[in-house]
Amino acid sequence: MRLALYSAILLVLFGGLMYIAADLPFGKPAVTDMDDYFIRNGQEQTGANNIVTSIVFDFRGFDTLGEATVLFTAVLGVGMMFRKLNAGEEYEND
Amino acid sequence: MKMTKIVRTTADLFFPFCLVFGLYVVIHGHLTPGGGFQGGAVMATGTALLLVARAYDDITGRIRKTALKICEATGLMMFLLAGLSGIFKGLPFMANWMAATGKLFGSPVAFGPNPGDLNTAGLLPLLNVGVGIEVLGGLTIILLYMLSGIKDPEKKP
Repeated sequence: MRLALYSAILLVLFGGLMYIAADLPFGKPAVTDMDDYFIRNGQEQTGANNIVTSIVFDFRGFDTLGEATVLFTAVLGVGMMFRKLNAGEEYEND
Repeated sequence: MKMTKIVRTTADLFFPFCLVFGLYVVIHGHLTPGGGFQGGAVMATGTALLLVARAYDDITGRIRKTALKICEATGLMMFLLAGLSGIFKGLPFMANWMAATGKLFGSPVAFGPNPGDLNTAGLLPLLNVGVGIEVLGGLTIILLYMLSGIKDPEKKP
């Protein structure tokens, strides 16, 4: 009974979301000044034939620095979780 | 637990090719699809192949965690230093001051489709290599850390 209720609520919420999302303009405007700028000037300004790389590493280079930092932090967390304790050490919460 | 000899030999054979292909993807990041992240992941896949085919204890002699930790830190430092190198020229952080100067990585590129030259794109190859080294070290060390806890059922403790 409770499962049916939750499913009904979820369906209604999902339907409402889809009803609202159907009115949103998608893919408009089809042509913007921004992507034209990248395509026309990216090759000359960065010298990279790969437009994606010129955006990811040059126009959005600061974002890529954040991504590299995220990976570094993830490795730090995994290393903390899976580290081998030296003999005699114990976890504090045991 | 070990795989059969066929699987182990195949993994040993493919491991250097994985590394070489990953290096190719990293170095040609500004010309072909791919880049630092993708190439580093390809290189880390070589280690995953070895880990699947062999036991964890067989790997540790060949791939050392310390070297990978140094790889990771060096990659991030390389990225940061390459980004900071522009401030000595009076340019902002991450400014691509090496592009189209005619020197190292500075060949000018014409607009439109062209065959591509490795000696272009200024700072981008350096950033790509830095990210590639970092992803190689990071992903491989995550794999090694996660698989170091698996017990070998055939080995008596």
